[in-house]
Amino acid sequence: MSDKSHDPNQMTGAAMIVRALIDHGVTDIFGYPGGAVLPIYDEIFQQSEVQHILVRHEQGAGHAAEGYARSTGKPGVALVTSGPGATNMVTPLTDALMDSIPLVCISGQVPTHLIGNDAFQECDTVGITRPCTKHNWLVRDVNELAKVLHEAFYVATTGRPGPVLVDVPKDVQFATGTYHPPRKSDVHRSYAPRVKGDATQIRKAVVLLANAKRPVIYSGGGVINSGPEATKLLRELVEVTGFPITSTLMGLGAYPASGKNWLGMLGMHGTYEANMTMHDCDVMLCVGARFDDRITGRVDAFSPNSKKIHIDIDPSSINKNIRVDVPIIGDCANILGDILQVFKAEAKKPDIKNWWQQIAQWRARNSLYYKKSNDVILPQHAIQSLFEATRGKDTYITTEVGQHQMWAAQFFGFEEPHRWMTSGGLGTMGYGLPAAVGVQVAHPDSLVIDIAGDASVQMTMQEMSTAVQYELPIKIFILNNQYMGMVRQWQQLLHGNRLSHSYSEALPDFVKLAEAYGGVGIQVHKPGDLDGAIKEMISVKRPVLFDCRVAALENCFPMIPSGKAHNEMLLPEQANDEATAKAFAGGKALV
Amino acid sequence: MNQPASAYFIEDRHDPNETHTLAVLVQNEPGVLARVIGLFSGRGYNIESLTVSETEAQKHLSRITIVTTGTPMVIQQIKHQLDRMIPVYQVVDMTETRRSIERELAMVKVRGQGEHRVEALRLADAFRARVIDATTESFVFEITGNTDKINEFIDLMRPLGLVEVSRTGVAAIGRGPEGM
Repeated sequence: MSDKSHDPNQMTGAAMIVRALIDHGVTDIFGYPGGAVLPIYDEIFQQSEVQHILVRHEQGAGHAAEGYARSTGKPGVALVTSGPGATNMVTPLTDALMDSIPLVCISGQVPTHLIGNDAFQECDTVGITRPCTKHNWLVRDVNELAKVLHEAFYVATTGRPGPVLVDVPKDVQFATGTYHPPRKSDVHRSYAPRVKGDATQIRKAVVLLANAKRPVIYSGGGVINSGPEATKLLRELVEVTGFPITSTLMGLGAYPASGKNWLGMLGMHGTYEANMTMHDCDVMLCVGARFDDRITGRVDAFSPNSKKIHIDIDPSSINKNIRVDVPIIGDCANILGDILQVFKAEAKKPDIKNWWQQIAQWRARNSLYYKKSNDVILPQHAIQSLFEATRGKDTYITTEVGQHQMWAAQFFGFEEPHRWMTSGGLGTMGYGLPAAVGVQVAHPDSLVIDIAGDASVQMTMQEMSTAVQYELPIKIFILNNQYMGMVRQWQQLLHGNRLSHSYSEALPDFVKLAEAYGGVGIQVHKPGDLDGAIKEMISVKRPVLFDCRVAALENCFPMIPSGKAHNEMLLPEQANDEATAKAFAGGKALV
Repeated sequence: MNQPASAYFIEDRHDPNETHTLAVLVQNEPGVLARVIGLFSGRGYNIESLTVSETEAQKHLSRITIVTTGTPMVIQQIKHQLDRMIPVYQVVDMTETRRSIERELAMVKVRGQGEHRVEALRLADAFRARVIDATTESFVFEITGNTDKINEFIDLMRPLGLVEVSRTGVAAIGRGPEGM
């Protein structure tokens, strides 16, 4: 027998996990210890290459890892224990799956011989997380561990990115085996996401684009996931073609909000001009978006007279909700590059002057209009003030879910990708605060703001403690209207103004709460005090809870009512009319 | 369209359903069948029949044959959703290629005496079913064929003393010299 004691690749499973993290360039992980991961925590203790951020709840670890991933383009890593540690990860895993965020979760499991015995803190982690991960693994043999860890990173970050989970029983963490660095054969031969677009389809797309009279580009989170090259090429395509561009919630920042071809966000709370352009266009180029139901409105009336080109890396996104004419499967940077090349060689900028005139008329409707007040802060005004105060600063924005999220998307202009972290697909209240923790860990010197609501922020408030512990100066900008605003808005519009359980009774004193955590609390009531207070918030180099008291009953418009098409939007000036009642089919008693 | 008050767009879809047989080549590893079945239940797709067995032991390959129904758009979705699973090598729509053979095997237990027993035996002969177990008051028939033929045989056995049926589900393979 050979002496293996000097072989540097002989190590315990726990050591392999830390080693694999280092080999994949991971510098920060988010986690919470427990019985089934103690060997891994012991390894973490004895090294300094990977920094571990201790959260206060595993859900926080997951969202922090998501924020980290979304703001860097690198995978986020979370480490949790078995049983409740794993079940608490279900929400962030599902969130990351819906929004295609690369996330690697390592969970501890009870020892192999106890699996299936209802042992203490045992749960069927791979069973529970199978539908909410891109793939997951239970590792029963320490000699399989290195391969699985490497494959996990590969699967999470390639193709359509997504969350993966590796479940490691405690005896496998203790056992000694052979580690190997990442290699190609670690990955299933059956996994080979398509990157390059089909040349014939690309040619078809260029012909459509070159002959368009009323074109629109509709981009999504896929452009951001694809990386900086995709963003650069998208901007170039807009420049070369002169086409108008709109984006989904997830895609904000790929094209700059200050760009002259920008129409604003589209969809349920998108701008009038974006939705009308989508509805009346003759050629639609969808890049890395998935025709989600918040985008399309009524599908049988969605952009009825257009030829649709759809670029997506995931074949299952094609024709899922909307039938398209020219699907192109592959990575959008690759395909945009090819489209640009063919377009420049064979086509010239189409004359769409009339189309832009039409768009200008829609723009003139000023669909984001709201009436400012001298007595009370309007939430839209608060976001605009925040935006103005952060202009030119190195700023990252996260959000919770609800009205404040839509107002942030409408009124905060994003100039660059990776600056906007929000829970789009799953709509997870409580996402923003831990996500801000993750973003701040990745960008210690940047200004990181969670635009929050008074209800959402209470769902993961405990992560304030994490922010204080690691001196992460995150700013929690709470638009406090003392309601679950979006729930209340729907109750007003659709449920006869019966505000069932949407009032935030017994709200905590956010200033005292901030102080109790060891952070800073700021409260503002008057519009006149807002700018000064925001300035103060930005200048403080500690975690801040900013309690911005806003108009309680303001609603989020414009809006596509349910069952309606893009050209049947409800605009703010109509919002209090009979038009509201009419706009909502079924005509239930409205406010 | 009269919409109920909802945050979702509720619509009726009127496309007719089609039945398709899909052959899915997968890596034979723990949980792979659960993934496939979970996809169907999670996304609300139908499974009419499902068979699975390892087909190439050295390569750890299993073949799953699924008979499913849905609108053409749903069928296309099912294929794409299956294809993007990590351990899935290939998904072939055996119905779309229109050049495939489908077979199912059933074991059919019939209990009876006298004229019924004779009739059951006679019909089994006509359907080329084999007797694989017999007592003085019962038979177990083995029958192979497409789903319709087996259904027909079972229907005929019903008045003759049908006791129980065990079916394998559909297996399918393409015609001609080419592999999948």
